[in-house]
Amino acid sequence: MSTAATAAFAAANPARDAAYATPLDKLDPSRPELFAADEMWWNFQRLRAEAPVHYTAESAYGPFWSVTKYNDIMAVDIDHQTFSSEPGIMMVPPLAPGETPQLEGLAMFIAMDPPKHDVQRKAVSPAVSPTNLQILGPLIRERAAAILDGLPIGEEFDWVDKVSMELTAMTLATLFGMPQEDRRKLTYWSDVVTAEPGHGVVETREQKMGIFRDYHAYFTQLWNERVNAEPTGDLISMLAHDPATRDMSPMEYFGNVMLLTVGGNDTTRNTMTGSVYALSKNPDQYAKLMADPSLLPSMVSETIRWQTPLSHMKRRATRDVEFRGQQIKKDDTVVMWYVSGNRDDEVIERPNDYIIDRARPRQHISFGFGVHRCVGNRLAELQLQIVWEEIMKRFPEINVVAEPKRVRSNFVKGYESMRVVIPRRY
Amino acid sequence: MATIVYVEHDGTRHEQQVTDGWSVMEGAVKNGVPGIDADCGGAAACATCHVYVDPDWLAATGERTDQEAEMLNFAENVESNSRLSCQIEVTPALDGLVVTMPESQH
Ligand code: HEM
Ligand code: FES
Repeated sequence: MSTAATAAFAAANPARDAAYATPLDKLDPSRPELFAADEMWWNFQRLRAEAPVHYTAESAYGPFWSVTKYNDIMAVDIDHQTFSSEPGIMMVPPLAPGETPQLEGLAMFIAMDPPKHDVQRKAVSPAVSPTNLQILGPLIRERAAAILDGLPIGEEFDWVDKVSMELTAMTLATLFGMPQEDRRKLTYWSDVVTAEPGHGVVETREQKMGIFRDYHAYFTQLWNERVNAEPTGDLISMLAHDPATRDMSPMEYFGNVMLLTVGGNDTTRNTMTGSVYALSKNPDQYAKLMADPSLLPSMVSETIRWQTPLSHMKRRATRDVEFRGQQIKKDDTVVMWYVSGNRDDEVIERPNDYIIDRARPRQHISFGFGVHRCVGNRLAELQLQIVWEEIMKRFPEINVVAEPKRVRSNFVKGYESMRVVIPRRY
Repeated sequence: MATIVYVEHDGTRHEQQVTDGWSVMEGAVKNGVPGIDADCGGAAACATCHVYVDPDWLAATGERTDQEAEMLNFAENVESNSRLSCQIEVTPALDGLVVTMPESQH
């Protein structure tokens, strides 16, 4: 850790003090406001050291176990027989008595166990395989170039809105075979899926349901168009024609559309914003990259680690199990905190630092491990790689002029906005 | 020690002396042989160390483990001689083993 950072650690720090003053059994690392303030780190630092497998009895999401160390997270992730992804992988507030789930029958393969999971994953996987990405690559580059060429010079703007959202939405619209002019609908829907009503994006559950109906209708129409036409090579067409998926129930289809919308949107978008933020906070690393562009792939992986675009994945214990000395009971909720695993100094050296030339930059837990390991990881890396290749051709620097506004979520770890200035072009 | 022959997808050959007890994956990664990513560090949890075992060596390298088979299920271009190289332990009996890398790891 740098001297400056050490000094900052020693200075007054209410967030750290609060984390350490709370009795361990009352510690609740899931509070979304901590993520909005970027103050969740202290809870996780404490848990890794004092209670790496920890039980929170009361929280807005009900009782849950936290797994916070890299190797323990990997062990849970691999053991899908004991730690099931059904019925869901994101922490959600428990239903009030008498309340019904938001969308009955909604099913996505990220929240299914083998063997059903396997069949659907295999149907989607070719769309984002390295082979298919060779076709997608030039399109992404063309669009990235157009976006960057349109940016204002010497004038403040929001990087999230003008670059990260635009590019990831364009890529996803291409993958789905949607008209490009509809791309920002995807961004909006993606935000709505992970939004907690009453905190910005949507105000009420009814409003959220109404938006879901539009979203559903849009993709039902897309399916109907594809199913009655020759295969077109896009993802919706693949799903409509593949024997493994063409007989999915409408809600299963819609679930998988949602999965790909969120999976492909927020995560990559936030990594793209995170890369600009991290490099601006670490000018020495930026200089390193400028001096040696061959570090780009390694910078991309380091950014994905450092950012950890999804803070957690949730599991449900299928049986009573002793895990690292703790007695986990059947049906208990187990949360794998990737955001913490990526800061585990037993596995990653100087984990709080952003270092673009690490010896093993791909050693991070942001994509998960095991049968659910992110199927879109190569597409995410490709988009980051391309956008930076195009940035480096054009701009000597991008200055972040204010702290970004962070998302209030313990699931999506990202940015709502980030003001930047590009002083000049080459 | 055993000599392991790593053949890149384009045919480039790398002959490496690999210490007994290491995995075939480690023999490549620790010696800078390209074509194997090994994101999970050898836990059969990422499938980015996929290789094709030369048919002459299939008997000597043994069977896929259950977890390995499960992960290979999702890799690209899997063949009957596909293995995760982190699950093959190097022993003197594997001296001369030839493995070929796929075009890309996914
Ligand atoms: C930096 C960007 C990304 C990150 C950090 C990320 C992270 C993750 C994580 C943590 C998982 C679950 C792993 C587990 O449960 O073990 C996952 C699964 C998934 N991701 Fe990503 N993702 C990213 C980009 C993408 C993109 C671009 C797509 C789509 C095109 C995508 C589609 C999916 C899908 C479909 C799954 C479910 C896989 C399964 O259950 O088998 N992701 N991702
Ligand atoms: S290194 Fe990950 S599966 Fe072999």
